[in-house]
Amino acid sequence: MAKIYTGPSAGSALAGAGSRSGVRSRGFWRDLDWILLISGLALSVLGSVLVWSASRADLALPTDPHSYLKRHAINVVIAILLGYVASRLNYRWLRAYTPMIYGISFLLLLLPFVPGIGVTVAGARAWVDLPGGLTLQPSEFMKIAVILMMAVLLSERKDIEVEPSGRDVLLALAAAALPVGVILLQNDTGTVLILGTIAISVTAVSGVRTRWLVGLIGAAALSILLAIQLGLLKQYQVARLTSFISPDSDTGASAYNANQARIAIGGGGWFGVGLFEGPQTQGKFVPVNESDFIFTVSGEELGFIGSALLILLLAVLLWRAATIAWKADDQYGRLVATGVLAWLAFQTFENIGMTLGIMPITGIPLPLVSAGGTSMMSVWVAIGLLQTVRLHGARSEI
Amino acid sequence: MSEKSNLRLIILGILIFSLMATLISRLYFLQVMTGDEYRAAAANNTVREVVEPAVRGLILDQAGRPLVSNRTSIVVTIDRQELKQQAISGDQVIKRLAKILGKSPESIRERLMSCGTENAPKPPICWNGSTYQAVPVATDIDPQTALTIMEKRSEYAGVTAKLTAVREYSGPFDVNAAHILGYLGPVTEEQLTAQAGSDAYDRLRRTDAIGRSGLEQYYDEQLRGTPSVTTLEVDTSGQITATLDQKPAVSGDYLVSTIDANLQAVVEKQLVAAVQRAQGQGYPGDSGAAVVVDVRNGQVLAMASYPTYDPSIWVGGVTPKQYKSLIKSDSLASNATQGLFAPGSTYKVVSTAAAGEQGYSLYSDYKCPKNVKLGTQVFRNYESAAYGDISLARALEVSCNTVFYGLADRMWEAAGGNDATRDSADPIADTASRFGFGTPTGIDSPGESAGRVAGRGFKVQNWEAKRDTWCKNAISGYPDTRKTDPKLADYFTALDKENCADGFRWREGDALNAAIGQGDTVVTPLQMAMAYSAIANGGTVYEPRLIKAVVGSDGIVINRIEPSIKSTLDLPKSTIKFLKNSLPGVTTDGSGKTPFLGFPLNQIPVASKTGSAQVTGDKVSTSWFASYAPANKPRYAIVMMVTQGGTGSQTSGPSVRKIYESLFGIKGKNVNPNRSVLVDGKPSKSLPTIRPDGTPVAPKGKMSGVTTASGSD
Repeated sequence: MAKIYTGPSAGSALAGAGSRSGVRSRGFWRDLDWILLISGLALSVLGSVLVWSASRADLALPTDPHSYLKRHAINVVIAILLGYVASRLNYRWLRAYTPMIYGISFLLLLLPFVPGIGVTVAGARAWVDLPGGLTLQPSEFMKIAVILMMAVLLSERKDIEVEPSGRDVLLALAAAALPVGVILLQNDTGTVLILGTIAISVTAVSGVRTRWLVGLIGAAALSILLAIQLGLLKQYQVARLTSFISPDSDTGASAYNANQARIAIGGGGWFGVGLFEGPQTQGKFVPVNESDFIFTVSGEELGFIGSALLILLLAVLLWRAATIAWKADDQYGRLVATGVLAWLAFQTFENIGMTLGIMPITGIPLPLVSAGGTSMMSVWVAIGLLQTVRLHGARSEI
Repeated sequence: MSEKSNLRLIILGILIFSLMATLISRLYFLQVMTGDEYRAAAANNTVREVVEPAVRGLILDQAGRPLVSNRTSIVVTIDRQELKQQAISGDQVIKRLAKILGKSPESIRERLMSCGTENAPKPPICWNGSTYQAVPVATDIDPQTALTIMEKRSEYAGVTAKLTAVREYSGPFDVNAAHILGYLGPVTEEQLTAQAGSDAYDRLRRTDAIGRSGLEQYYDEQLRGTPSVTTLEVDTSGQITATLDQKPAVSGDYLVSTIDANLQAVVEKQLVAAVQRAQGQGYPGDSGAAVVVDVRNGQVLAMASYPTYDPSIWVGGVTPKQYKSLIKSDSLASNATQGLFAPGSTYKVVSTAAAGEQGYSLYSDYKCPKNVKLGTQVFRNYESAAYGDISLARALEVSCNTVFYGLADRMWEAAGGNDATRDSADPIADTASRFGFGTPTGIDSPGESAGRVAGRGFKVQNWEAKRDTWCKNAISGYPDTRKTDPKLADYFTALDKENCADGFRWREGDALNAAIGQGDTVVTPLQMAMAYSAIANGGTVYEPRLIKAVVGSDGIVINRIEPSIKSTLDLPKSTIKFLKNSLPGVTTDGSGKTPFLGFPLNQIPVASKTGSAQVTGDKVSTSWFASYAPANKPRYAIVMMVTQGGTGSQTSGPSVRKIYESLFGIKGKNVNPNRSVLVDGKPSKSLPTIRPDGTPVAPKGKMSGVTTASGSD
């Protein structure tokens, strides 16, 4: 793998040669990563169909079987608009305002603690009631804020060949640790794991010394072990995390979920039983299958073909994110793209993995597919940011 | 950018790529390779069974009076799964519920714990049923409270109050009969696992209550009936789309008991009277039993155990307080079928029969000195009385121990004495087992004790079981005891040395003790009643029965229970004749005379044998009174015993007399069958009538046993 040592400039020069070299009319639409956009849109559409199937039974109003779908569609549209705005952001502006974005996100993160508006769902106090029956999950925005903040702190050095100083790394890690502390208090284990993954990946790619990285990974593993050993995690949290190992032995709620999810997916076969036809899905035997367990709907009703396609679409999205990170022409852009990549990859693997019984059950949605407005918006904003990074690279090339 | 950064980004990319590949392969495994089993599981999910338990069969007494019936009651249950989901307010729900029910929250919490979990109380306070079944926490709630609970659903999440059929144990004549009838409890997880995989529609289900003791348990299958099961196909919202199968409920069958409620009530009262008589003499009189059997067929007409309990406390589950008092009073087990007691002199009929069979003259005179010496041991007569040379019949009458010691000693010598082997003859033990001692009687009630017959066989068994301990102690020499009392330690060591070497040997002293029902022999009062029945009926040991017939709820007889023979005494006719001729003398001229003074023995002769069995320790002797009557044409056998009750004659005798009086309708010297507690003066030959609607026809008026507003005596 000699290519590894050729550096990104060579890579981007090669890849960009055909499409971008010397073209002056490098408009926004032209330089956009269309594959990224289309896979995102395809996932949102496919997700909407699955949400529709899952919500017909119990979430829709009796007067209108499409009421939940309509709400979801509105969320998707708003999310795409936000993503567009994000992709239009000025790179310099974004860097300058990152501390403010971080501060505001952090304040929002505290909102669930406010009595009267904070809401507890499935044990996690991570939601805020908004007027009009809407709910908001501030920790979703925090993921973006942490990525941006870490990217800023770890790309202070002008000379990209010099690794970040210990001070920078500590500051960056603090930027991630602060919200992790708050989210732990909210009992939202899933988001804590995502932020941890983001922090480790961004720090790694920033080029810190290997011993920093080893220490960081070690500390993360140790704290997970300690949390279980010392009983810091509540009984139900441990049960969720461990019941996937032997779902038949435990008869608790989380093992029930895991079992029903596997029954639904296993029942799908090659081609699925057909949209709206899944007995597990339509009978609501799998809980929250419009959000966290949405993959079971695809598994049962669309079968292996449909579900593998879904995973491939997500893989394409991740491939584009990785490519953007690879080709980014500065440390800041690379780290932003890396953060988004790590975030979406972990969330995808964890979410699908738990429905397939190879990962513990945690309450996190499948990016772009699950119902849930805040998550949909934050992922589209992230896609927008990926585009920004790409567009910045395209512009600076001339 | 740095090479380090590039390298790491590539590693991250590879990692993510492999994760995605993992997902797809796992998906392929689940959907394509192992999909079939999951499809089967999914099909199961949409089918729902609605089960309505059948009406449980009644238990009637021999005259048709219901001993156990059904009534409806409002029962409050808690669904623990639902309560668990209320993580924050679950505790508040319990507190709220405790307040409205007038219980302590602690008692409800204890009730909700599954048996065997950490800190759970013992059964039956803890929940012995399934994890998924709602736990009943209160029964017989007034409708107002039930309404409050049902209206405030949010405040009582997981709590339900609903009408449920429960057992009603308030039998006629205020009979208790707790140990005969038994009680219901939830199905246990083990029972459910035992029939795992069964999809028969009449299988046990989590919601079933099943018999846990007595007739309720023994005849559970007959009483339970089959539930109505409707199999439904359910759609997305739980709406029923189709009825796949429907099985109607079949009510449980009725049991017609051999018990007569009126007689049972008398026996229960007389047992208490005997216990009080013991206590009146200053003895503890801590437990007792009484059995009345029809000697011609083994049907149990009445059977009581002291202490007893109120069977209705089991309805809806006992409270911790009730259970503590149940345990403290030691009243759960039946002393009649499960209690084991040294039989004392009542056992002399066995020794007499053995002697007769061995060819010893039953009509010669035997020496009755005040004691017999054997080495350093002295074997005494009761109150060390001496009667000189007396006949064997007289020896039974006055219960002379030394006569039986003499006979036992001769039989022991004849079998080889100290040189006998394990297989040498053992006439008394041999005869005892033919009388039914040492094996369960075979009564249709669960948990019966077998008892134990002292003899060569028992000695060998016991030695084999304890030899190692004995030998170990003989070597170690009781070091702990030696510190405080070296003499006692020497004694123990010597004893264990001997036991270790030849503890299997049936010694002379053992033989002597066994002849008078002392030593290692223990029997149940029911075994005693069956043994005396066998003498009375000329040699047949019946299996006792509590049930005469199983009858459908529509009155059609399903199964008549015929008498069943357990064994025959297999004795020479002359020996049985001798016993039958001698035992009435006990009542007229012997140890049973006092309690029957003034009884019309010329019209109703009573054959009897008293017993005052010695018990180890400083305990007072067990009072036994075994009997049958009329001695010339035997019909009923009655056995009563009271532990730590004194003599058989003083404590149990008077109560047995009272039972005979009520059976035969005796007032003073006058015998009038119309006064009998039994309808028409005898156990009914026919089965009671059950109307097609399921209501049994019971005797009217005074014989109904139901107290009316006009009052009764």
